[in-house]
Amino acid sequence: MNIITNPKKLRGFEKACRVENVSRRSVLKGLGIAGSFVLAAPILSRPAFAAYETGAGKMPHGTVVDPRVFVAIAPDGIVTIIAHRAEMGTGVRTSLPLIVAEEMDADWSRVRVQQAPGDEVRYGNQDTDGSRSTRHYLMPMRQIGASARTMLESAAAKRWGVPATEVKAANHEVVHDATGRKLGFGDLAADAAKEPVPSIEGLKLKDPKNFRYLGKGEVSIVDLHDITTGKAGYGADVRLPGMKYAVIARPPVTGGTLVSFDPADALKVSGVEKVTQVKGWPWPSKFQPLGGVAVIARNTGAAIKGRDALKIVWDDGANAKYDSVAYRAELEEAARKPGLVVRKEGDVDAALKTADKVIVGEYYLPHLAHVSMEPPVAVADVKGDKAEIWAPVQSPGGTREDVAKTLGIPEGNVTVHVTLLGGGFGRKSKCDYVLEAALLSKELAAPVKVQWTREDDVHHDFLHTVSVERIEAGLDKNGKVIAWRHRSVAPSIASTFAANTVHQAPFELGMGLIDMPFEIANIQCENPEAAAHTRIGWFRSVSNIPRAFAVQSMVGELAHATNRDQKEMLLELIGSPRIVNLSSVKDPWNYGEPYSSYPIDTARLRRVVELVAEKGEWGRSLPKGHGLGIAAHRSFVSYIATIVEVAIDDKGKLTVPRVDTAIDCGTYVNPERIQSQIEGAAIMGLSLAKYGEITFKDGKVQQKNFDDFPVLRIDESPSVTNVHIVPPGPDTPPSGVGEPGVPPFAPALVNAIFAATGKRIRALPIGKQLET
Amino acid sequence: MIKLKINGQERTWDGDPDLSLLWFLRDEVGLTGTKFGCGQALCGACTVIVDKEAVRACITSVSDVADRQVTTIEGLHPTGDHPVQKAWRQINVPQCGFCQAGQIMQAAALLMDNPKPSHAQIREALSGNICRCGCYQRIENAVHLASTGV
Repeated sequence: MNIITNPKKLRGFEKACRVENVSRRSVLKGLGIAGSFVLAAPILSRPAFAAYETGAGKMPHGTVVDPRVFVAIAPDGIVTIIAHRAEMGTGVRTSLPLIVAEEMDADWSRVRVQQAPGDEVRYGNQDTDGSRSTRHYLMPMRQIGASARTMLESAAAKRWGVPATEVKAANHEVVHDATGRKLGFGDLAADAAKEPVPSIEGLKLKDPKNFRYLGKGEVSIVDLHDITTGKAGYGADVRLPGMKYAVIARPPVTGGTLVSFDPADALKVSGVEKVTQVKGWPWPSKFQPLGGVAVIARNTGAAIKGRDALKIVWDDGANAKYDSVAYRAELEEAARKPGLVVRKEGDVDAALKTADKVIVGEYYLPHLAHVSMEPPVAVADVKGDKAEIWAPVQSPGGTREDVAKTLGIPEGNVTVHVTLLGGGFGRKSKCDYVLEAALLSKELAAPVKVQWTREDDVHHDFLHTVSVERIEAGLDKNGKVIAWRHRSVAPSIASTFAANTVHQAPFELGMGLIDMPFEIANIQCENPEAAAHTRIGWFRSVSNIPRAFAVQSMVGELAHATNRDQKEMLLELIGSPRIVNLSSVKDPWNYGEPYSSYPIDTARLRRVVELVAEKGEWGRSLPKGHGLGIAAHRSFVSYIATIVEVAIDDKGKLTVPRVDTAIDCGTYVNPERIQSQIEGAAIMGLSLAKYGEITFKDGKVQQKNFDDFPVLRIDESPSVTNVHIVPPGPDTPPSGVGEPGVPPFAPALVNAIFAATGKRIRALPIGKQLET
Repeated sequence: MIKLKINGQERTWDGDPDLSLLWFLRDEVGLTGTKFGCGQALCGACTVIVDKEAVRACITSVSDVADRQVTTIEGLHPTGDHPVQKAWRQINVPQCGFCQAGQIMQAAALLMDNPKPSHAQIREALSGNICRCGCYQRIENAVHLASTGV
């Protein structure tokens, strides 16, 4: 059995070559600001002091809190702030620099944001995933800003010969109130750069009541104008002189290999220049390329046409029999038998035997593809033992390591420029497409862009897992739930890294299975075995999707069985306000966070249920054919509750007139972007519930594009999605926003469908199940 | 030799006449605002305006648009201040932004044809444009705003 405690640590396992030669010059050149704040000083390696502890320090390379790394001030006063995380639509490229600007008292209109290349020694961890950016970086970014402000204030005080306590920064300048003297940040930049970086412990952070930007939601994303004018630069938009365009034919079955190919017809296509083999790695191949045959052309259209003309013989390998219908039966069979016990409180078997009534729900959720609007794409320029990469990657640091390892060159010789991502959702945490470009560029001795078509993306994704979740709930004669057994069977993401993986990893079990918060005397969670037959990967909110679906559907089923209101049933199951005790769990994974800062707090879960019920007008009277459903779920250490209203006509056509979601994500930076994430989560939730399904036959994905893997369109989208944000307590640590909106949507939807029609949907997608 | 006008500028092409307008724009001309999302006219990311009509550049060949006027996102307005673009910014529509050029071009074409569309007409006209981030509510509101004056 292989268990990976923290998948992001995998890179640590395999560290073949560590950073040997970090080029500081390249960073200075990148900033390109004369007389700037950035000095060739040693990187200050100091832990981020925080009022609350987070898991940031345990991520590869932890955090770096150094204003000289993140802030540059030009003599004209323009402040440049580094965004070291990847922008895929969450707004992080704006939010993190905004935190620095806030603490510096900089004027945002005089701030420029610059994207960092992949360099985790310099910037700290850059894995933009797990809904972690604000959670891990709110405090470090505040400290960076406060450090820079302190240095500017010290420089001004020295210039005026007054005590530093008499001066203060305000709106891009430092002022001496007693004399009315003022100096702009630009005037102070050179002197401030000579000031020592203050100790974190002594920093004076701004009183939140004086915040000008944080928590307000009044600052638009920095790329807004460029996005609306077509100037924003995504990975697909990179063009280099002499660049070749490549598409690759990959083995149609995961783990398959190339036997032979005939390039003759492809080479006859106008614009095609070359056909060549791409090295593949044996299954399980981690993030390494699948291999195949590349067609190189003067433009992407010619390369695609050339690829269509290739004649290829494949050996389909060990996964050639993967069949979704048979696999579902296999998972269901496993879910009906005992499995590895991963949480046990009380005696579930005995309680189920003595129960007055046992309700059983077996829920099936299929594989899903990410289908970000920008399919995977990367540009590589490999010259000798140096490589330069331009790519939309969620993991700039990991990509750098993998490129170095794949090419056999030192990591310091690899530069990864992070472009905007045209959506990520977890797909772009895996850099196989970058490695393909690097290998081809090396072979061709020219810059190469590898473009995946949508068909490539659907056929060769790292798919969201497929799962059967089976819950047995025992009720006593008063209708109180006394027993809860949840078996979760699904191929694990760990299978992409280690052969013979049959159990889910702690980080998957911790997403809604072992951390189930209900107050029930007898609880048992089990994980029967399941082997993977394709690449499984992180998909926005990961295992929380099937878990929340099962658990919150079961709440609806129990409400029906006991003739109770769904919301009342949900609150009764959540139980008293308390911190959930997981001492019976061997590895109670908590999104990498310490339970001390991020406990499972049922008072907060209750609060979002009550808030959404109030704002969402739970219990309101509805027209015929309409129904309301509710669901609540804690994930990425945030608390979310959603109410969905459905309308179902007499032919079974489903529409969603209204969605209300309440989120408690602790202290937050930009409520306007929280709102947009939650609006988007409703769309993604409805999309996967209505349509989302990738199936296999003979080892091959049966879908290919948006015609047979549909995603939600505007004419089916909810008419209104209202977002209600819980105001944070004064010391509530920040928690996730990007992912937690998705899990409660689908169960709230099916609970609403049940309310409207009496039909219980237990398998997704809904597809034609409602048609009459 | 095919001649066409892109954003008012004359362009020629003497390669494969079947090359799609999408790859011609992106790879041969260097106008990368028009995006590749599906290649099958299923997602609308490549929407451009040919004369006064929104078309999917991915299934339109260069020869199809010979001697016609092609407008891409880069040419929609000289300073990026078309009412649709302004409305987009006022409502903070985008998340990742990748589909947005296609959405904006589709919306601009709709307003040329129907300056005061109803919400139902907006939804219908933009139903060919996928946004995976799910900005639909804001897209609908932005088109409505653009039609009523920004």
